[in-house]
Amino acid sequence: MAILEIKNVTKQFGGNLVVDNISIDIKKGEFFTLLGPSGCGKTTLLRMIAGLVSPDSGQILLDGVDITNLPPEKRPLHTIFQSYALFPHMTVADNIAFPLKMAKWDKSRIDAQVNELLEDVQLSQFKDRYPHEISGGQKQRVAIARSLVDRPKLLLLDEPLSALDARLREHMHMELVKLQEETGVTFVYVTHDQHEALALSSRIAVLNHGTIEQLDKPDIIYSKPKTHFVADFLGKCNLLKAEVLATTTDTVTLRVASGIEFSIKDPASSSYQIGQIGWYSLRPEKLKLSAENTFDATNLSVIKSKVNGYYYYGNDTLYELDLGNNTKLQVMAPNHTSDGVKFFVDNSEIYVAFDPEAGNFLDTSSC
Amino acid sequence: MLRLNEKRALSFIPSLYLVCLFLIPTLIMIFIAFREPGDYGGVAPLISHVDNSAQINLTLDSFKFAFTSSFIGQLFLRSMAFSIITTVFCLVLGYPLAMMIAKSGKKYRDILLLMVIIPFWSSFLVRVYAWMIILGPNSGVNYLINKIVGTFGYPSVNLLYSSFAVVICLIYINLPFMILPLYANLQKHDDTLIEASRDLGATRLQSFLKVTLPLSLPGVLAGSALVFIPSIGMFVVPELVGNNCSLMIGNLIKQQFLQNENWPIGSVTSIIMTLVVLGISLIVGIFASRLKGLKYANK
Repeated sequence: MAILEIKNVTKQFGGNLVVDNISIDIKKGEFFTLLGPSGCGKTTLLRMIAGLVSPDSGQILLDGVDITNLPPEKRPLHTIFQSYALFPHMTVADNIAFPLKMAKWDKSRIDAQVNELLEDVQLSQFKDRYPHEISGGQKQRVAIARSLVDRPKLLLLDEPLSALDARLREHMHMELVKLQEETGVTFVYVTHDQHEALALSSRIAVLNHGTIEQLDKPDIIYSKPKTHFVADFLGKCNLLKAEVLATTTDTVTLRVASGIEFSIKDPASSSYQIGQIGWYSLRPEKLKLSAENTFDATNLSVIKSKVNGYYYYGNDTLYELDLGNNTKLQVMAPNHTSDGVKFFVDNSEIYVAFDPEAGNFLDTSSC
Repeated sequence: MLRLNEKRALSFIPSLYLVCLFLIPTLIMIFIAFREPGDYGGVAPLISHVDNSAQINLTLDSFKFAFTSSFIGQLFLRSMAFSIITTVFCLVLGYPLAMMIAKSGKKYRDILLLMVIIPFWSSFLVRVYAWMIILGPNSGVNYLINKIVGTFGYPSVNLLYSSFAVVICLIYINLPFMILPLYANLQKHDDTLIEASRDLGATRLQSFLKVTLPLSLPGVLAGSALVFIPSIGMFVVPELVGNNCSLMIGNLIKQQFLQNENWPIGSVTSIIMTLVVLGISLIVGIFASRLKGLKYANK
């Protein structure tokens, strides 16, 4: 059941189309992420849901009720801002009590509810501190408690973790997911961080230039990107020029990087034309390296190549290979040997193999 | 970076300036307050010779007089009342203006600020004289008001040479001193806080009362102090646009030194006024330091 329906919403700023006719249904209890680079319209979309920006056209429905023209204070949802926006002249407890005071709860009920929330976010001993007297992570938790204290139908989170350092951010990832599961409140999360989006979300909408490039579960978005942009934006991806050689109802035969030919399953294959040029996307971790050609060539495509250089990341090593014709190929090799890592040195000849089914053909018309 | 000695050397000239032109005169003023008035103005000689014995002429009479004189008390009360009215009106008029300037786009902000500052380009006296014309008996304003008053059957009034004219001029003169500190405060406010308060269920008015207003209190205090303190010592305005019933404490001090030539009374009155102003500053300071969290309110 959709708790939030965004219908054909459009917004322009000074002749600039920031959100271009977007429609999304967000299900109850979902952790939904709007992912995209800065300027893709994700924050504007979030602000329109919150009522801080009004759309030029389109409709926003919350729980079946049209909230498009409601002022922000009348909407049963809250936002967590990037800067937390804690009131600096109020204590932690007063900050958390603010929505309840605005909703005119009884003093005793407010106190009980605030204390419960303070315990939930483990800040009971800080209740009388002012925001400038607590750390960034604690501020973050106050902001979360303040936004959940009156059990809103929807929580909007605008890059809430971007001000925290990497370790704390990872810790907060787990806390957020736990909190979302415990409270059952639907989260709409805005981020430009693909790792965050993949780790937290039940579904992701990838936005670019005000439109949705792809909307799906994280694993599908990652493994089956639909467009060049999605493949490129989420994680590392090899995007190789590919030419359609032949099609059947559910397979397409490609010539990739001027030479390698293979067929892959593709439900959309019937819409392709012979000779059409597109992209073949292949994640670097789907490739295997070997100094000798010991691969089983029945299922794998094997290419002979040369190491251009490598980057050691600790848990794995990224190799850059040269396929000739200015085509580079990135390969992520796990460093899972128990003793020291042995690298393939620069300019060494190497065999690289991959299962063609691990990649996807991207129609250029969808770029 | 300057070393400590260099910093001290740099502050030497301003310190010297303050010592010569503020500290020493203040001490002289305090000393004069204990002297006896001279027969022909000024102060009587410190040491007089009566019957071959030297006598030191120091007295508390001026203090006794100042604290028992209902006239001086009345002037103090009136000065306080005028200053409080001025401060309140400056606040009520200045707050929305400062808010509007702070919220307007960068392009207009500078022009609006310039308009607040432009009156300073002409002399203070010229501006008060301008009000004498505006409020004068032959002015359109006075004519219009008397027309309105006349239709309700009341006798015509004179706007100029009245307490009304004094307060109007005080408000006009002091308004920029309220607007500028308020603007400096409001302009630093993080708009996200207002968005957050709206998002959390506060209406526009509630957001203003619960967030903007408390956060602007340091600006309100600074502006109020900057308006109240000069207002209470003002003597030019009551002299030019006031009447006998709108004299302020500054007029008394001036008279004691220049017309009555009773320097000790003038000094005592000045001391009392200084103490009143210091007391008010102290109260404001204590209040300001109690505003917890506000120090850190602005990014």
